[in-house]
Amino acid sequence: MLAGRVLFLVPLTAFLILAVYLWAGLQSDPRVIPSALIDQPVPEFELPPLVPGKLGFGNKDLHGQVFIINIFASWCLPCRVEHPFLMQLAAQSTVPVYGINWKDRPADALAWLTELGDPYARIGKDPNNKVGIDFGVYGVPETYIIDAEGRIRFKQVGPIFPEILAETILPLIRDLQG
Amino acid sequence: MIRAAVLCAILFTFASGADAVEPSEVLVDPILESRARALSTHIRCLVCQNQSIDDSNADLARDLRILVRERLVSGDSDQGVLDYLSSRYGDFVLLKPPIKPKTWALWFGPIGIFLMAFTGAAFYFHRHRHATQQGSDQLAEDEARQISKLLGEDDEQQP
Repeated sequence: MLAGRVLFLVPLTAFLILAVYLWAGLQSDPRVIPSALIDQPVPEFELPPLVPGKLGFGNKDLHGQVFIINIFASWCLPCRVEHPFLMQLAAQSTVPVYGINWKDRPADALAWLTELGDPYARIGKDPNNKVGIDFGVYGVPETYIIDAEGRIRFKQVGPIFPEILAETILPLIRDLQG
Repeated sequence: MIRAAVLCAILFTFASGADAVEPSEVLVDPILESRARALSTHIRCLVCQNQSIDDSNADLARDLRILVRERLVSGDSDQGVLDYLSSRYGDFVLLKPPIKPKTWALWFGPIGIFLMAFTGAAFYFHRHRHATQQGSDQLAEDEARQISKLLGEDDEQQP
């Protein structure tokens, strides 16, 4: 009789576990795809400069210190939204912010930087999404944090807002600089 | 009316999904192109997530279609292309996820739940039938006793 009562709890427990699991699944944003490259070395690439007089960059330049890489485009509205926070970050932060200008026309990108300001220490242009695919970029803006060994440690999909900066990005940079 | 319905049925039968592949993307080599097309139907467009890159008009899907073709032209195998893409975008980019410990729940979960339900139901029905059988036996004994009692009483009254 007792065994029967315990047995009756088995499907109920299984159902509850499944329900909690699925409910948790509903809370996550399906548009945010976790990066396959976390803790992986930066893919090999070399991007030509966008701005005359400012260097482009490649994976060989991403060594010896922590870097932030921000993927942006002038046609991208969320990039415009995050731009002031990126300016702040570049002004406050001790780590260089490098930009990848993604699927954009150089003239448009230059006009955009002239209008809003240029937070980037270096900018590479990737008009045909060759390097973007290597990084697993599927939309702009995206922001990556690279550690001193040249490994990708963090990826932010979508604009970086002050909360994300304060709660995730800046603490992680501090950790990595250790 | 019927003729219109039949016409509609025929048209819908032969209508295929609109392909997103643009003429400029198509490879000259028909064998490579057909491989690229087949492969593209297995690759998820990450912008419009429930379409393959073969169906999707998204800009990223176009980039990926071109990349698939470039890789095939340069001699990469079908599996090589899929491996490269999943190393960049994760297994999510594959419309048919690979079988590995992380996806066991996905692949075997439904069968597991069915087996659990089946076992549970079998157990329940088995016990239920067993219980009713036992019950009827007991009832029959009671009834027999009652009947014999009644009969006994009858015996005393009747002679």
